[in-house]
Parts: sequence; structure tokens; C-alpha cells
Amino acid sequence: MRRLLFKVVSSVVVVVAAASITFFAQLAVPGDRATALMNLQTGQEKLWTEQELAPLNQKYGFDDPLVVQYLDYVTGLFRGDLGTSYTQKRPVTEVIGGQLLPSLTLTVAALAVAWLLAVGMTLLTVKRGRILSSLGSAWEALTASLPHYWVGVVLLVVFAVQLRIFPIIGGTGALGTVLPVLTLAIPLAGFLGQVTRDEFTHVLEQPFVTTARTRGMSDLGVRLRHVLRHAVLPAVTLSGWALGALVSGAVIAENIFGRPGIGQVLVTAVNTRDLPTVCGIVLVVAVIYVVANLLVDLVYALIDPRLAAR
Amino acid sequence: MSTRTATRTWTLPSVGTILSLVIVGLLLVAAIAPSLLTDRSPTAIDLGATLQPPSWQHPFGTDDAGRDLLTRVIHGARQSIGLGLGATALAFLIATLLGFTAALVGGVVDTAITRVLEVAFAFPTLLLALLVIAVRGPSLATAVIAVGIGSAPGYARMVRGQVLAVRQAGYIEAASALGHPRFAVIRRHLFPNAMRPLVAVVCLGVGQSIVWASALSFLGLGVPPPSSEWGALLDAGRPHITTSWWLEILPGLVIVLVTLAVTALGRTLQNRLGGAAR
Repeated sequence: MRRLLFKVVSSVVVVVAAASITFFAQLAVPGDRATALMNLQTGQEKLWTEQELAPLNQKYGFDDPLVVQYLDYVTGLFRGDLGTSYTQKRPVTEVIGGQLLPSLTLTVAALAVAWLLAVGMTLLTVKRGRILSSLGSAWEALTASLPHYWVGVVLLVVFAVQLRIFPIIGGTGALGTVLPVLTLAIPLAGFLGQVTRDEFTHVLEQPFVTTARTRGMSDLGVRLRHVLRHAVLPAVTLSGWALGALVSGAVIAENIFGRPGIGQVLVTAVNTRDLPTVCGIVLVVAVIYVVANLLVDLVYALIDPRLAAR
Repeated sequence: MSTRTATRTWTLPSVGTILSLVIVGLLLVAAIAPSLLTDRSPTAIDLGATLQPPSWQHPFGTDDAGRDLLTRVIHGARQSIGLGLGATALAFLIATLLGFTAALVGGVVDTAITRVLEVAFAFPTLLLALLVIAVRGPSLATAVIAVGIGSAPGYARMVRGQVLAVRQAGYIEAASALGHPRFAVIRRHLFPNAMRPLVAVVCLGVGQSIVWASALSFLGLGVPPPSSEWGALLDAGRPHITTSWWLEILPGLVIVLVTLAVTALGRTLQNRLGGAAR
């Protein structure tokens, strides 16, 4: 329990520190922020007078002392205020808000599918004779190193353009979600599979497996009931990390399949150098990452009772 | 049985290693002297042969201006490899500075750096890179910096762990006990021994950096289009994906093969050097 409390506190610290990084990133933009903003909003490149810039300085608080700006930003976060978008002139939370769910659906579905693929491959191919085993590990090594954009493009060309099974422009419907999910899940399944396979092989040689077999348990039973539970532990730890990789991949997958989501908003915002929106998205992702890792700790304790007892 | 598995584990990687060496060799030739591999110009426009599918004449097909795609891929190698090497070098520079400072100074400094790294891990690589691009605006230099900064935290943690592990070694203690100055011990003993296993990680890192950099270009935020950097080729081909698959699939395949080859070589090196780093 105390361990958990400590985890929660340090997670909050990580989030505040992440907010500090995004705050200073906004300051790091070369040149005067009000001028850059004025240029962005009017589409002109020129030097503006003090009077012309005054309303902007007022609105965004650029004139306030740095400490005030910083405190405003950080306290604003706890009230759910991520600042105002430079290009859309409305709160960043509003800009991101509706886009969060499709992206979250995509990443969570991809994580689930990746786990299914990885566990399936492990159960079917580990120590099932030389050919199956090497095929399994070769497939995992190959898929684990495929870049998301290539997987996405190949899936798009094969299943949407040539075979016409799935729509080319995905949308958020169930059918349109299949290819983006696979784009993220295939490389991740390769990665998780590699980790699980090593552990599975190791656990299959443990004495308690022999004991279970001498009790007359079937091979599948041993694999499912005894070995799998141990073998997934390292990969569960990595799932928290995997979420980060999934978000990176989601940005690319949404872009390829024209799927709405924070990835699309992010790419547009980076293009127009709308820093409050970019920073807002990066920060939201950081918070999700931190929360996910807390959850992974909990799941870990559930799978491995030895940890919960501590 | 045991001898059979022994030969198997010996022969299989070596076939892969030879293949990987061939791919990396071709890549280096393409990067240094592309004209040795092709006598065509990457910018020669042929409006009579636009968007041609792969053929003997054009093994990778042609793009929307009739330019030979294979030639463009070969000429793009220099920029892609340069991006990969530059970003990896930057990442390891940052990582070495942070890792060594944390492990050697220890105490509050170590805690502070470890904490900062923990925060950096909360930002996925691509998002950290995109943040850098939003601040600096897209360009070749920005792409190098973005990928370098994006991948530095992971390496920094490895370097720190490596230095902490090597510092415990008997020979470091012996050198200190013999009265060698602290800096000399670090330079002569600690640095080489801590960094050696990371050589393999550098190899893997170059492959990863090429992929990240091309992903940035693919999103239209890396190297701008007239370039034939591999990611920029992918970006340029995207409007034609429903009609001309080769513009996306083939340059992507080259990136995949290069990454696989570099990764395989890294693994081989890792086994040879007995790398402790994961």
C-alpha cells in the first residue's frame, strides 16, 4: 500500500516536471512570441508596432513576469486548462477533446490485439519442434523491426486498394479501424513475442512444470495454467513502455488512413507551429503514459502474488 | 544432437551476417559514390514515362515526373545515412555526458539526472521529436536534432548503468589503489570498458534513427520534398498510393532491409563483445 502511495506521488512529480518542459519549449521558439503569433494569424511577415501587439500580449499574458506565467500554466493544468491555440484561437482542451477518444480506442485495441497475437504465437510455436520454433522466432524478429509507416502502407495497398476489403479512408467505424489497429499491433506483437518466447522457454524447463506433467496434466494445460502466467510477466512490464511506442505509431497510422485523432491534430499543429496545441497533446500523452504505468504496476501485483504481499 | 544444434547456431547467423554485410556495403557505396551503382541522374525528368510500374528498364518504376525511382533511392542514401549517423552521434553525446555525470558524481546530481530521464521517458520518441520540430521549424538540421534528442534518454540510462557496473570492477579499484589520478582511471579504464558493450547498441541506434528520421519526413515534417531522402520519397509518393504502389512500398522496403541488416550486424557484434547492455 505504501509502495503504491509512493508511486502515485512520484507520478504527480513526473507530470509537473513534464509540464515544465512543455512550458519552456513554448519560450524556446526563436523571436518574439507575440510577433510570431501575429504573423501566423494574419499570414504576413512584418514587424508590428507595440500597439498592434498589445492585445495579444494581454490575451496570452506574454508581458507577465516569467514566474507568473509559469505558475499560471502549471496551476491551469490542474484546472484542466492547457492554454489557447495560436491558430484556432480557442482552448487547447477543446481542440484536443473530441479527438482523444478515437486515438485511445486505436491504441488500446492495438495493445489488446498485439497481446493476442504474441500469446497465440508463443503457445503455438515455442518448443513445438525445430521448424515451428524457428519460424516463430524469425517472424517475430522480422515484424518487431518493421517501421509503422511501412506496415501501414503495405496493409493499405494490399487490403484496401487491391483486395478492396477495407475502406481506403478509414474513419472511426469498426471496419475502418481494422487496418490502423493491425498497423500498430503487428510490430508490437513481434516485440512482445520475442520477450515472452525467451521467458516461456525458460519456464518450460522449471521443476514445477515437470511436476505438473507427472501429475498427468495435458501439454496444453501445462502451457496455459502454469507456464503462461510466468512467461507474460516481463512483457506486462513492457506494456507500459509499449504504450509510448503505440502513441508514436498512432500518429503515423492516423495519418496514413486519414483517421481522426490527436495524431492528425498534432501533425497539423507542428506544421503551423501552433505550440500550445503541440505542448497540450504531448502533455496529455505524458499523463496517459504515467497513469498506464501505474496500472501496469497494479496488474503486475495481480499476476504475481509475491509482489502484492510485499 | 548437441553437435547438430551447435553447428546450426554457428552457420545460421553467419549467412545472415554475410547478407547484412553485403547490404551495408552497397549502402556505403551508394552514400559515398552513387554514380558507381547507377549512371542515371536522380533529377532527370521524363514526362513521357511518368508513374511507370517496375520493369527491367526501371526496376523500382518511375515517379510522377518520370524520374527513375531506384536512382533516386540510391542518391538518397547519403542523406538518409547521414541523418541516421548524425542523430545517433548526437544522442550518444548527450547520453554519455548525462550517464557519466550521473554515475560518477552520484548523490543529488545522480538523483536529479535519473529523475529528468524518467520524465523524458513519459514523452514517446516521436512526440519529443515533433516538439523539437514545432519549436525550430522543419529542416534537415532540425530532423537530426529532433531524432537525436528523442532517442537520447534511453541511451543515457544504459550508459549510467554501464558505468555503475564497471566502477565496481576489481581493475578499477586496483588502478585507484595504485595511486593513478582519478581522471586517468576514468579515461584509461572506466570509459573504454563501460562503452565497449554499447558499440552494438550504437549499431542498432543507427537503424532506429534512420527509421525515425524517415518517419518525420513521411509526415511531411522532416527533410523537405525536393530531396530524395528516403522518408521524403515516401512523402512525395503518398498522393499516388491508390494507383502507384511502388512509390511507397519499394523505398520503404529498402529502409526495412537496411534496418534489418544493421540490426543483425549489431546483434552479431553484441555477441562477440559479450555485451551486457540490453
